Amino acid sequence: MRREHLLLGLLAAALLALPLALDRYQTSVLVLVFLSAYVGQAWNVMMGFAGLLSLGHALYVGLGAYVSAALFVHFGVSPLIGLLAAVAVCVGVAMAIGALSFQFRIEGVYFALLTIAFAEVARIGFDHLKWTGGAGGLFLPVAGSDGQWWNLRGGPLFFYYVALAMAAAAFALCAALRRSKLGYQWLAVREDAEAARAVGIDVTRARMSAVVVSAAMSALGGVVHVFYYNNVFSAQIFDMTRSIDIMLAPIIGGIGTLFGPILGAFILVPLGEGLIFATQALGVNAPGAKAVFFGLALMIIIFLAPNGIWPSLRKRLGIGEAKP
Amino acid sequence: MTLSLVLEVLIQGMLTGLVYGLMALGLSVIFGVVRVVNFAHGEFAVVGMYAAFLLFAALKIDPFVAMGLVAAAFFVVGYFLQRVVVTHFIRRPDHEQFILLVGLAIVMVNGMLMIFGPDARHVELSYSYDSWMLGPVLIDKVRVFAALAALGVAGALFAFFRYTQTGLAIRACADNLTGAGVVGLDVDRLYALTFGVGLACVGAAGALLICVSDVTPMLAPSFTLLAFTIVIIGGLGSMGGALLGGLVIGVAEALASLVIAPSMKSMVSFALLVVILAFRPQGLMGKRAA
Repeated sequence: MRREHLLLGLLAAALLALPLALDRYQTSVLVLVFLSAYVGQAWNVMMGFAGLLSLGHALYVGLGAYVSAALFVHFGVSPLIGLLAAVAVCVGVAMAIGALSFQFRIEGVYFALLTIAFAEVARIGFDHLKWTGGAGGLFLPVAGSDGQWWNLRGGPLFFYYVALAMAAAAFALCAALRRSKLGYQWLAVREDAEAARAVGIDVTRARMSAVVVSAAMSALGGVVHVFYYNNVFSAQIFDMTRSIDIMLAPIIGGIGTLFGPILGAFILVPLGEGLIFATQALGVNAPGAKAVFFGLALMIIIFLAPNGIWPSLRKRLGIGEAKP
Repeated sequence: MTLSLVLEVLIQGMLTGLVYGLMALGLSVIFGVVRVVNFAHGEFAVVGMYAAFLLFAALKIDPFVAMGLVAAAFFVVGYFLQRVVVTHFIRRPDHEQFILLVGLAIVMVNGMLMIFGPDARHVELSYSYDSWMLGPVLIDKVRVFAALAALGVAGALFAFFRYTQTGLAIRACADNLTGAGVVGLDVDRLYALTFGVGLACVGAAGALLICVSDVTPMLAPSFTLLAFTIVIIGGLGSMGGALLGGLVIGVAEALASLVIAPSMKSMVSFALLVVILAFRPQGLMGKRAA
């Protein structure tokens, strides 16, 4: 057994047992860590693997949340089925955006802007869509559904294991993709699209598949998000700051690495919670101060270590993950 | 809906659009020369609005005068921002430049939120509510002044790039960076000047915008998007295109507010953006893709 497998096994065992030692609040923080790692992994498929910078990834999380929540509220459809619809909608939207972008060769900065534009369109659209509560938000019924796990009803402990399983599954999926033929095509396209085309890779297909995989993964993140919080507001879930939050963990951890999104989430989420406590104790505007700190952190990390923290940490631990 | 109302809204949209155009011009100049996308552009515009607001509230300086002060201060900020920070990113990948400026944007917008709070502020000029009657059509004086000032600043910028040695040198950098270096131009300094000029534009635009609109920190991200939309519609790197794009967006949003709903107006801009990206990706006045 190789060293990294041993360390990974130890980490998994520790995380499985950890709730025994945690209170309710600490458990809920770790739920956020896992969800952040999960969605970060999804974003990383596009940016880290295929080199497509999505600045509007909140679009897919938000769509996933709205579709599953609306089906549950209006028709009582279980989120286990609703998530199929959520994934289908997100894949459809992703393919439309992908088709538009790749057909007309919208690349780089333009592509990033287009992703923001679509997230903004969704935000404004859902603000006006009466069926999902408009700007007032959509609320899930809470009373009398305790223990209905098939409807994703449960407390922090339940969601701890759901989110942990998702983060682990995303990690395994990305590790498998990374080593697949498609994974190598993505890297080739990311490094040099022209050269990739020259060696016979269908660049458009490779890019499209990255967008689709990432959107489908993000949709599931949105489903769990809305059933955990029991509400969703278009002004929040589609907001550009949410898209930036999604990118932060993989960027800080290490774009294009498998463990980067997880490491980044473990650093950022507790840091954010700690900052909220600290700023509240000091009596300053807590969300603002937290965001200022994150903004500065982002600038400093990209300045000093554009490849993130994981690549250097990995060397110290003596782990040989494939090169990002 | 009467014809005079439609005309009023059209004219108002055109006048505001010219100020938006000046804001976008700053973005276009920076991208056209330095090849860095200033993702904190709207944030700078809002800082410009607050600067003019503070100068008016504290010292009673008219925003049309403050415009010069704000532009000068922004020039200095832009010069050093390029020299000290952005210059290290010139040769780095797009996404790293992007993330650097996204970080700056987050710091700026939340810094303003901490300082000024989320409440809307505005400037009450003695002539804020004056207007002219053109037949049955009512035209706000202050919007006319703002649009004329925006055209004036843009004109000065055209002249700078066309008729001065420095402007010529900057254009040389934009056309052929290696060549510019070979003939001995100080590219680092010219880039810093360009960034300064770009920010001066957005600072001036901010001072003008406070005359026609309330300011809150949360305007900033939408202004960034607005500036991008305008520049892409007009053509990245084309100065005339930025103003034309501003006009188009100004009119489109004003009409959308009237016909659909004010909260839906940016949908129309994004729809225009998608159409332009699909059918004329170089923008209305841009050159064919290089």
